[in-house]
Amino acid sequence: MASSNDNPALLDIAEVSKSFGSVSVLRSVSLQVAKGEVVTIIGPSGSGKTTLLRCVNFLESYDSGSIRIDGKEVGFRDGGARQRRSERDLAAMRAETGMVFQSFNLFPHLTAAGNIMLGLTKVRGKSKTEARSISEHWLSRVGLAHKADSLPAELSGGQQQRVGIARAVAMEPKILLLDEITSALDPELVGEVLAVVRSLAEDGMTMVMVTHEMAFARDASSRIVFMADGGVSAVGPPKEVLAAETTNERLRAFLARFRASHF
Amino acid sequence: MLSQILYALPFLAEGFAVTLWVSLLVVVLSLIAGVLLGVGLVYGPAPLRWAVRIFSDTIRGIPILVLMFFVYYGLPAVGVHLQSFWAAVLALTLFKTAQVVEYVRGAVASIPKGQSEAAMAIGLTFRQRLTSVIFPQAFRRFLPPWINGVTDAVKGSALVSLLGITDLMQAINQVIGRTYEAMPLYILGALIYFAVNYALSYASRRLERRFAFIRD
Repeated sequence: MASSNDNPALLDIAEVSKSFGSVSVLRSVSLQVAKGEVVTIIGPSGSGKTTLLRCVNFLESYDSGSIRIDGKEVGFRDGGARQRRSERDLAAMRAETGMVFQSFNLFPHLTAAGNIMLGLTKVRGKSKTEARSISEHWLSRVGLAHKADSLPAELSGGQQQRVGIARAVAMEPKILLLDEITSALDPELVGEVLAVVRSLAEDGMTMVMVTHEMAFARDASSRIVFMADGGVSAVGPPKEVLAAETTNERLRAFLARFRASHF
Repeated sequence: MLSQILYALPFLAEGFAVTLWVSLLVVVLSLIAGVLLGVGLVYGPAPLRWAVRIFSDTIRGIPILVLMFFVYYGLPAVGVHLQSFWAAVLALTLFKTAQVVEYVRGAVASIPKGQSEAAMAIGLTFRQRLTSVIFPQAFRRFLPPWINGVTDAVKGSALVSLLGITDLMQAINQVIGRTYEAMPLYILGALIYFAVNYALSYASRRLERRFAFIRD
């Protein structure tokens, strides 16, 4: 990778720690993600993957350390004092990242197009007409042009998740966060969703994802991060991290268990 | 008998107008206050939450009649003199507000956390999340108990007659005092209350169907 001076990280997570009561969920996690990178976080459940992802758009706060996007601190005001941003500032910062959820979380009272238009009109200040045409563009991009006026309840899980992705990317976020987006899907619906993610990656979308789809992680990621016990235990290109002969004991155990249960 | 009742009809109509006016005031004022306090109860800072919780629990634990007499006969002791009409409206509104607070809390709390998070993730502010995402969904759950509460308010407004206000109930009693035709007049009164509440329930069923598109 280029030196940090001429290619500063788009996302810079520095020594982030967080605990719930006496349980430490993140222990001084540091991770840099460059523009256009696809970084996949793997690890056993309880290792802090999802918490880390949720800290990036400040759905969860953290106790110490910093998370910067394009050099700007996400949840706290610029300057020395660690002061939480105002509600308005937080909303503006969150609009810079997109998030796709395990349980889709589409707005059930709005159509597929309506789900996508909400942020475009309320946050980006676009007109209804413009928002509608942007939402149609993204719906056709995820193969759902014909479902623009369907309510979420009328869509399959795979279709709902593709709307979820369209809703996130239509906002033109700097980074897309994907939180186990195929875990709630029937196996036969996983492929259609991953195909969309892959095509976004090919377009250069910067992504950080948590997933249990190892084959997909291996093929689509620039780098893989292995988390254990709230810390980054291994990080590198997929081939290195997923190599069977790794000397990292915890990683080896995780991969062995994973192979035993998934292949 | 019939001629006596016909003769009393304009008087009864005036009483009915008072009943509707009281009900409308109570329903509208308690809706505004109840939604504000209900949102405060769910999202407000701790002191506000405690204050609303204490208000709601206290008011709901007091018989509405006690509340009404307290406002009308009790408050003058601390220098607050209200006309009987406004004392009655205030008491009924306090009572109804405490109920609306609970309907709002229940409805808002029933919306999954993921909805707020998805709304946050696209950059909506707190107010936008409430108005565009939470309220439209919570409204559907709020409506059935609230309409029930509205019919209760119409029926409960008959209590204002005990402060000497000439609502429908009081008007009927006065006509009976003149004519001694208790049976037909109470039947007439019951029919009028029933007609209003039946119309409300019907309207509510129509509304519920209109918002039934969200599958649980």
